[in-house]
Amino acid sequence: MRTKQKWLGGFAAAIALALAVGPAQAQKKYGPGASDTEIKIGNVNPYSGPASAYGSIGKGIASYWKLVNDLGGVNGRKVNFITLDDGYSPPRTVEQVRRLVEQEQVLLVFQSLGTPGNTAIHKYMNARKVPQLFVATGATKWNDPKGHPWTMGWQPNYQAEAKAYAAYILKNLPKAKIGVLYQNDDYGKDYLKGFRDGLGSKADSMIVKEVSYEVTDPTVDSQIVTLKGSGADAFFNITTPKFAAQAIRKAHEIGWKPEHFLNNVSSSIDNVLKPAGFEASKGIISSLYLKDASDPQWHNDKDYKAWLEWMKKYNPGVSTTDAFYVYAYAVSSTLHQVLLQCGDDLTRENVMRQAANLKNIQVPMLLPGVHLHTSPKDFAPIEAIQLGRFDGKRYVEFGDVLGQ
Amino acid sequence: MKPDWRIAALAAGLIVVCALPFLVSDYRTFQFTLVMVYAIALLGLNILTGFNGQFTLGHGAFYAIGSYTAAILMAHYNVPYWATLPAAAAVCLAAGFLFGLPALRLEGLFLALATLSLAVAMPSILKWKGIEQWTGGVQGIVLIKPEAPFGLPLNQDEWLYYFTLAVAILMFVLAWNLLRGRVGRAIVAIRDQPTAARAMGINSAIYKSVTFGVSAMYAGVAGALGAIAVQFVAPDSFQVGLSFVFLIGAVIGGIYSISGAVFGAAFVLFVPHISEGISRAAPQAIFGAFLIVFMFVMPVGIAGFLRLAWDWARRRIQRSSHVTGEAS
Repeated sequence: MRTKQKWLGGFAAAIALALAVGPAQAQKKYGPGASDTEIKIGNVNPYSGPASAYGSIGKGIASYWKLVNDLGGVNGRKVNFITLDDGYSPPRTVEQVRRLVEQEQVLLVFQSLGTPGNTAIHKYMNARKVPQLFVATGATKWNDPKGHPWTMGWQPNYQAEAKAYAAYILKNLPKAKIGVLYQNDDYGKDYLKGFRDGLGSKADSMIVKEVSYEVTDPTVDSQIVTLKGSGADAFFNITTPKFAAQAIRKAHEIGWKPEHFLNNVSSSIDNVLKPAGFEASKGIISSLYLKDASDPQWHNDKDYKAWLEWMKKYNPGVSTTDAFYVYAYAVSSTLHQVLLQCGDDLTRENVMRQAANLKNIQVPMLLPGVHLHTSPKDFAPIEAIQLGRFDGKRYVEFGDVLGQ
Repeated sequence: MKPDWRIAALAAGLIVVCALPFLVSDYRTFQFTLVMVYAIALLGLNILTGFNGQFTLGHGAFYAIGSYTAAILMAHYNVPYWATLPAAAAVCLAAGFLFGLPALRLEGLFLALATLSLAVAMPSILKWKGIEQWTGGVQGIVLIKPEAPFGLPLNQDEWLYYFTLAVAILMFVLAWNLLRGRVGRAIVAIRDQPTAARAMGINSAIYKSVTFGVSAMYAGVAGALGAIAVQFVAPDSFQVGLSFVFLIGAVIGGIYSISGAVFGAAFVLFVPHISEGISRAAPQAIFGAFLIVFMFVMPVGIAGFLRLAWDWARRRIQRSSHVTGEAS
C-alpha cells in the first residue's frame, strides 16, 4: 500500500509537471454533465464486431480515468467515463451517441472511434453543440473549425503523413518506381490521396502500380506478387497491422527488396514487425509520434516508467508493449489537460475554447519534439511527424520533426 | 361478438403507440422509430421464410439497396424523402424478383448460401469505383433529417416516428391482406406441400419469385426509412452481420406470424443494450445466452408463445366457467 501511495504521489507530480494548469476561474459555471463533484464524459468504441480489436483503446481510456479519480479527480471532480459499444456500425454509433447526449447528458463525447461512425454523428454533434473531441480517426475532414466548430481530431492526419513520405521520396529517391498497396476504404484512400498530392505532377509517372485489398480478405500475398512484378523499387504500404505483417513477410519471402514505407497505423514493433520477422522488417521507414513501448530506447524514460506502473496496476494481464494502451494514455492525457484548463467553467463552450487553446503542450508518451498545438483556426492537435528507420531492433529517428 | 376484444385491443395498442412520443424522451422516440423500421424488414423475412419456406441469409443486402436508393435520390436528385419510399420499394421488388428467378432452382440450405453470398458481396459492391459518384464510395452519403410539414408542432424525431408509424401500419395491413386470402394460402401450400400445391394448379415458380420480390420490397422500404432516420449510409452500415440480425429477430419474434416482426425488432434493438449493461468484456456472449434462453423457453418465437399462453388461459377460463355452471 505504501509503495502504491508513493507511486501515486509521483504520478501526480509528473502529471502536474507535464500538464500546465490554466488560470483559476473565480466563478463556477456548469454545462450538462458537470457539477461540483462530477464530470461526465461519453465514449463509443467497438467492443464487438469486426473491429473489436480497437476495444482495447476504450478499456485503456477507462483505466486512465480510474487512475485520475484515485488521485482525487480533475480539480476535485471525479470523472464519470461512460463508454458504450457501437460494434463499428454507423447506425449503432448514432443510437449510442444519442443515448450519451440525451439520456446520460454527458458534457462531451471523447474519442469516438472510426471514420464511418464519426461521419454519421458529425452533423448531429454540431447541430446539438456538443463537443466531439479528439476523434479516433486520422481523416483530414475533422480539422474544419469553420464548418464544424464542435469537432476536433487528434492524431496526425493521414494525408499529412503520406505527404511526408512523398517529400522524402522526391528528395532522396527522385527516380523511384513506386508500388502502392492500400486498404480499400476511406482510410486507405485518404493516405493515397495525400501521397499523390505530395508527389504532385510526378505522381502518375512515379507510381507504377496501385493495388488494393478488402479488409475482409484473408491475405495480401497475391497483391505483393503483383507489385514485385511491376518492377517497383519503392513500396508505400498502406495497411492495417495484420495485413502489414503479411505484406512484409511475403515481400521478404519472394525476394522483393524495395525501399519500404509503412504507414504509422502499423508501425508497432510488437504487433507488426515482430510477427513479420525482424530480418524481413529491416530498413522499413515509418512515421512516429508516440513512444513505442516495445522500443528499448525508452525503457529508462520517466514517462515510460509512469506508463508502465499504470499498466501493471490498472491493466493487469495486458501486454506491457501494447501500442493501443500508449495511445489511450496519451490521448486521455490530452483531454485531462483540456479539463484542467477549463478550471471551474465546465460548459461545452468553454471545453471547445480550451481544446482550441493548446499551446505547444507535451503530454506523456509523445515523442520528444512532438507537441500538441491548436488555435481557433487550427483543429489539428498533432501535426508533427518524425520519420524513423527500423534497424532490426528499433526505429532510428532521422531528419527533423516535420510539419510543426 | 367474438372479434370485439380484438378490435378493442388493437385500438388500445394504437392509442399507446400514438401517445408514445409524448411520454418518452426524443432518444427513446428515435429508438422506437428504429424498432418499427426493423419490424418492416422482419415482416418481409417472415413472409418469405416463415410463410413461404424459402430460407434466406441475404436480406441485409436488400435493406442496403433500399437505403442507398433513398439516399442517392435525396442527395443527388433532391427528391423529397417521402417520395423515395415508393422508389426504394420498386427497385427492391424488381431486384428481389430477379434474384428470386435463378434462386428457384435452389432449395433450403443452398438458397441460404446463395443469398448469403449477396449479403457478403454487398459492402464491396457499394464501394465499387464505377458507381462511386452516386454512392459516395467508402465515405457514404450524409443526409438531412426531414422537418415536420404543415407547421405541425412536432420536432424531427417525433415527426419521423409518426411518419414511420404510418408506413409501418400500411405495410402490415398489406401483409395481412396478402396472407389471409387465396394468395396467402397458396404461399403456405407451397411451403407445406409443394407437390400437392402444383397439382392444384398453383404456379409455384411465379409464386416463389413474386414472394421473394415482395419480401425484398419490405426490406427495401425499411432500408429507406432507416437511412432517413440515421441520416447516413455507408458500406460499413450493411456488413453481413445485418442479415444475421434480421434472421435472429425474425426467428425470436415468431417467424410464422405477422405480429412476430414487432417483437423480433424490439429484441434485436434492445437486447444488445441489456447484454452490454451486463458485461462490457463479452457483450456478444451475453447476447448469445439470451438467444439460447429465448429459443429454449419460446421455441415458436415470442408471438407463438403469446398465442399459446392466450389459448391456455382461455381454455382455463372456459373450463372453470363450465365447472361452475355444472355445479350450480
